[in-house]
Amino acid sequence: MSPRFPKITVWRVIFALIMAAGAYATYLRIRYGLGGSTNLSDQFPWGIWIGFDVMCGVALAAGGFTLVAIVHIFNIEKYHPVLRPAILTAFLGYSLVVVGLLFDLGRPDRLWHPLVMWNPHSVMFEVAWCVTLYTTVLFLEFLPMVFERFGWHRPLDWIHRISVPLMIVGVLLSTLHQSSLGTLFLIVPEKLYPLWYTPILPLLFYISSIAAGLAMTIFESWHSSRAFGRALELPLLASIGRVLAVVMSVYLWIRFLDLSHRHVFGLLTQNRVETWLFLLEIGLAVVPTVLLYQSAVRMRPGALYACAVMVVFSFIANRLNVGTTGLEAGSGTHYIPKWSEVAVTLSIVAAGFAIFRFIAHYFPVFEEPSHEPAPAKADERQAETVAV
Amino acid sequence: MANAILYDSTLCIGCKACEGACAERWGLPYDDKIAAEGKISAHKLTAVETHGDRFSRRLCMNCQQPACASVCPVGALQKTSLGPVVYDADKCMGCRYCMQACPFQVPSYEWDKQLPKMRKCNLCYERELQGKVTACTEACPVGATAFGERNAMISEARKRLAEKPDAYYQKIYGITEVGGTSVFYISAVPFEQIGLRTNVPQEALPETTWRVLELVPDIVSTGTVLLGGIWWITNRRAEVARKEGRR
Repeated sequence: MSPRFPKITVWRVIFALIMAAGAYATYLRIRYGLGGSTNLSDQFPWGIWIGFDVMCGVALAAGGFTLVAIVHIFNIEKYHPVLRPAILTAFLGYSLVVVGLLFDLGRPDRLWHPLVMWNPHSVMFEVAWCVTLYTTVLFLEFLPMVFERFGWHRPLDWIHRISVPLMIVGVLLSTLHQSSLGTLFLIVPEKLYPLWYTPILPLLFYISSIAAGLAMTIFESWHSSRAFGRALELPLLASIGRVLAVVMSVYLWIRFLDLSHRHVFGLLTQNRVETWLFLLEIGLAVVPTVLLYQSAVRMRPGALYACAVMVVFSFIANRLNVGTTGLEAGSGTHYIPKWSEVAVTLSIVAAGFAIFRFIAHYFPVFEEPSHEPAPAKADERQAETVAV
Repeated sequence: MANAILYDSTLCIGCKACEGACAERWGLPYDDKIAAEGKISAHKLTAVETHGDRFSRRLCMNCQQPACASVCPVGALQKTSLGPVVYDADKCMGCRYCMQACPFQVPSYEWDKQLPKMRKCNLCYERELQGKVTACTEACPVGATAFGERNAMISEARKRLAEKPDAYYQKIYGITEVGGTSVFYISAVPFEQIGLRTNVPQEALPETTWRVLELVPDIVSTGTVLLGGIWWITNRRAEVARKEGRR
């Protein structure tokens, strides 16, 4: 292929604008500190860099461990085609979480401190170790794609030899990490609004991360099929949709029991921001759950995709509610992210899309569709994809 | 032996001598503008608040079981046997979990610095090591802030409540709040009227996360066996199926 000047498309322009804003925000962060680049305060020390970049980044990567467990530990081979994209998403997700942390930490140069200065009583200590170890595991799980690409058979054999313990360790680390992000907020019983504060927050975080991971798998398969002109593995994605419906049902059921046992349904009669945000979050969870039980919905790519997007949004709403909005009243303050916080967050997301697309293009991430023919007009579709 | 502060809101005249002494002890600037700031911050570690015609002084409560020290991933915060919760800025990575976890919203951050630190009162730990009282206690002209052995401070507070039952709201703030603190408040009115948080839990906060954290070994050991077992069974089943298929 001869090098050519990249075509200017709407998405590429948006991407460039986001990255430019992110670069300027990064300058502000470095030059003027957190005070000059965020709207954080002594009363509100965590913003969207924690609530979105870290908490959502980690859980949207949950497809990685969920599919590893399904395919390799439960040995359900039919899900194999979506395993690698899920691992790649997870690896990128975790790498970008570390990038997010570099922005958010007051002293990013001391990111390594928890590895040598221990406090096992701290949830954040557990989180730090999980991020470090699981990013390493994901890197090792991602390596086979690199080795295959370059035809390095010996290292490929080495990786295969340790793959089973590696996968078990990965699933365990994810379990600990996903739940520990919920445990983080157990320390603020008087600050977090009662619709969200519950002693079972770690359990809810864990289950909802599995749902988000499955939804992300559908989401990225849909996008990559459009971006690369691949055939959509529809029957496979439909069956993931069915699993997603079950996981969401279990989640909503536990959520309902929790609210009912804590006698907080009365709060829903109050006309407060929290009530509406809670209803939004639950609504975005209930609607796709009900829809996904219909096989007609699951077999229609657009509807299946819409359901997955709703689950992802419901999940993001939940993490933002727990991590930011639900804490506002209890902290006695208001927090609206500064433009630079949003710019950094968008840049990280955009970079994630771009790197995913790059790797998926040059490395064997997606398996060749075996029987279904690739859709025609692939080039035309390329222009409308979310990735650049 | 642990020390504590007893702050008597009925005696406080709002002169802010404690603020000046505190700024001096930390080497922080203090002028009329800073004196007018009614809340604690990274450059003002204690602040006298005005609530109508009453005063209330805010400072780190140096809790008996501090949430901040329990959540610090690098152990930069430590509860000392003398009472103070001390901070080692050289360890701090700036995650600000201490600020999020503190039920009194005490820890403050140097938001505008490139290499920021957290700041809070540490009950003049260095002075205590030399057997001195805190700088604020020394500066207080009317004895509104008293300093001494924790139990002695509780007895002193009880004595004052008993001697002038009409002058005091008959409770001491800091004995049961979040499992006990090293700063006690007594006041003429219920504590929420002088700006204290009365909705804080009556149990020590570190327990809330420890209940889950202590399950980590259980999850790891049970999980390893469970996942390994499932893998072995499913893998074996596939192997057998392959062999039988071949025959």
